[in-house]
Amino acid sequence: MPKTFRILIWLAVAILGALALATVALHRGEQINAMWLVVAAICTYAVGYRFYSKFIAAKVLVLEAQRATPAERLENGRDFVPTNKWVVFGHHFAAIAGPGPLVGPVLAAQFGYLPGTLWILAGAVFGGCVQDFVILLFSVRRDGKSLTEMAREEVGRLGGLVAYVAVISIIVILLGVCALVVVNALKASPWGTFTIAMTIPIALLMGVYLRTLRPGKVLETSALGFILVMLAIFGGQWVSQNPSVASWFTFSGPALAILIIIYGFAASALPVWLLLAPRDYLSTFVKLGTIALLALGIVALRPVLHMPPLTRFIDGSGPVFAGNVFPFAFVTIACGAISGFHSLISSGTTPKLIRRETEARMVGYGAMMAESMVAIMAMIAACVLQPGIYFAINSPAGIVGQAPEAAAATISNWGFPITAAEMHSLAQSVGEQTLYNRTGGAPAFAVGMAHIFSNSLGGQALMAIWYHFAIMFEALFILTVLDAGTRAGRFMLQDALAHVWKPLGRTSWYPSILATSALIVGAWGYFLWQGVKDPLGGINSLWPLFGISNQLLATVALCVATTIIIKMGKARYVAVTLVPLIWLVAVTFTASWHKIFDPNPRIGFLSHAAQLLSSPGANVRLIFNDRLDAFVTGTLIVMIALILIESAVEWVRVLSGRKQARVKESPFVATRFVTEEQG
Amino acid sequence: MKRSITRAATLLASALREIFDESAYARFLDRRKLTSSREAYAAFCREYEAAKARRPRCC
Repeated sequence: MPKTFRILIWLAVAILGALALATVALHRGEQINAMWLVVAAICTYAVGYRFYSKFIAAKVLVLEAQRATPAERLENGRDFVPTNKWVVFGHHFAAIAGPGPLVGPVLAAQFGYLPGTLWILAGAVFGGCVQDFVILLFSVRRDGKSLTEMAREEVGRLGGLVAYVAVISIIVILLGVCALVVVNALKASPWGTFTIAMTIPIALLMGVYLRTLRPGKVLETSALGFILVMLAIFGGQWVSQNPSVASWFTFSGPALAILIIIYGFAASALPVWLLLAPRDYLSTFVKLGTIALLALGIVALRPVLHMPPLTRFIDGSGPVFAGNVFPFAFVTIACGAISGFHSLISSGTTPKLIRRETEARMVGYGAMMAESMVAIMAMIAACVLQPGIYFAINSPAGIVGQAPEAAAATISNWGFPITAAEMHSLAQSVGEQTLYNRTGGAPAFAVGMAHIFSNSLGGQALMAIWYHFAIMFEALFILTVLDAGTRAGRFMLQDALAHVWKPLGRTSWYPSILATSALIVGAWGYFLWQGVKDPLGGINSLWPLFGISNQLLATVALCVATTIIIKMGKARYVAVTLVPLIWLVAVTFTASWHKIFDPNPRIGFLSHAAQLLSSPGANVRLIFNDRLDAFVTGTLIVMIALILIESAVEWVRVLSGRKQARVKESPFVATRFVTEEQG
Repeated sequence: MKRSITRAATLLASALREIFDESAYARFLDRRKLTSSREAYAAFCREYEAAKARRPRCC
């Protein structure tokens, strides 16, 4: 293609993107079509990938097509396998796409669609995609080493320790919050609870089928599992319509929390093939299909966004969670913009599959763009709802009141008209008794998704089926994160405890399995219990805590990346990772300060504890929870401050010439693939 | 056009086989010079369990 033509095409893409972004950002007073968000996102990603990631690949990382990757050098047919780049892309995307990009944008929609959308786009192009790309490449150049190992080798011993603590903390907080989202979606919902309960025997059946009848036929087994899950959704409708059966599956929040804690413990202790692996396959199958379906639904329906670009809640008085748009919009949306958790995947399986170094750009940068697009779709799903409906679903009873009329009146007074009759009718159309106070984001996302799906396929008659399909999708997805996370956390704990007493590190020794499983489940179970007992719905306290811990892990990853870039002698390009690092430090440190010390009891843990203490009949447990949350946040911040200082000292020593800049890369070995291609 | 579609379909199938560990199982059989059976799959699960179970799912 002639160069002039290429320039004109990219100019057109850039102008279209700018036009779409201007429409998204500057439109006031009128509703806009969701396609503007889609076009703005696609053009932004296209320009970011074509120019920014190419710049990073060529100038900063200097990708070497001739350098053999660990997949080639250490090929063993097991962990290290040279794999086609599109296959690795799919594998990496399936590994990084979790419930975060679905829930975070839905919660942040309380500020309007604008802050979240801009953060998702800018955060991904300049932060998240860069982090995933550079960490993937650095891991590839170090034989697939993990983030913790790279932190220890390149930054220092403290860096390794902080990375370890950050990882285990984020796992515990993540699991507690995820479980809370499921509890809030399933409480008093026999249909949803039945469907999700059925996924357990379905997974067991899949495990046995896969092991005994059709060994290794995972896709076939997953497709069968999917059919059974769809039947369970229809079965759930029958259950919900039969009061005597429905009562067996109608649970309060605390009862569901106990059931999920028992499930988490069982999943951690049972053999992987029996429950964990089949559920994982089933969840991935549903996840990939549903994300594709949602994208098609949005394009087919081209819905109008009813949520305004900015709401009054940017002042920090939001009912979904309290806190100003800065910094809280930026910690609420972590996955989809920048997620520290991705650095674990980028330094886990993926670097061992990359066939050519140059392919790290498409896999690392590209897959994160795809995840960011999922976050944009979640934002659209939340914003196609009437704002009154959105706030009725997402606001806790402690803010809007228990009675439907009182809640509708409070929300209408905020300027988002809604009536109790409308909410009742909506609840009936989706097969629920009520949709009030369903905090956590999942039910609002499910209603938005059902709205998009039912308007594209099946009409209002299928609204309830689509709603419960969406709830099943989210809950299955989240419970998979929960069981895999519990087990991964258990292994990490066993690795650490082995330094204290060797037998504790034996992953096949049942006393150790039971003790460490109990410790991990107990830790996230405590956060879950705290959430279900919180009069403000739990999300107000716990989701920001999760966002902070996730982005603190991103801070660790960017510290490691910045250190390596300086040691590579590329200090003039250090802004590529240093700017997102500075931004994340500003966001997370400010958010942490507010969460600990803010005088507003809805924001600050300590002021909330003080308020409880001064009220008659103070609840000692709630006060303890607030102080514990403040302690956890403070500890994480101190640890990250330490790794920042350690990194900065290393940068100064290298830049001032007091320390020789030497990166700990594997030696260069020429790839055979170039010769093969040339031959 | 037909070739491109076939190639895209093949790539999609390969990606799905990799995501769903069917390729890993095929490599296992190839490495151990085994044919697919209950025993072979059980051995694969045992070997694969340690690696798979250590991977947290992303948020």
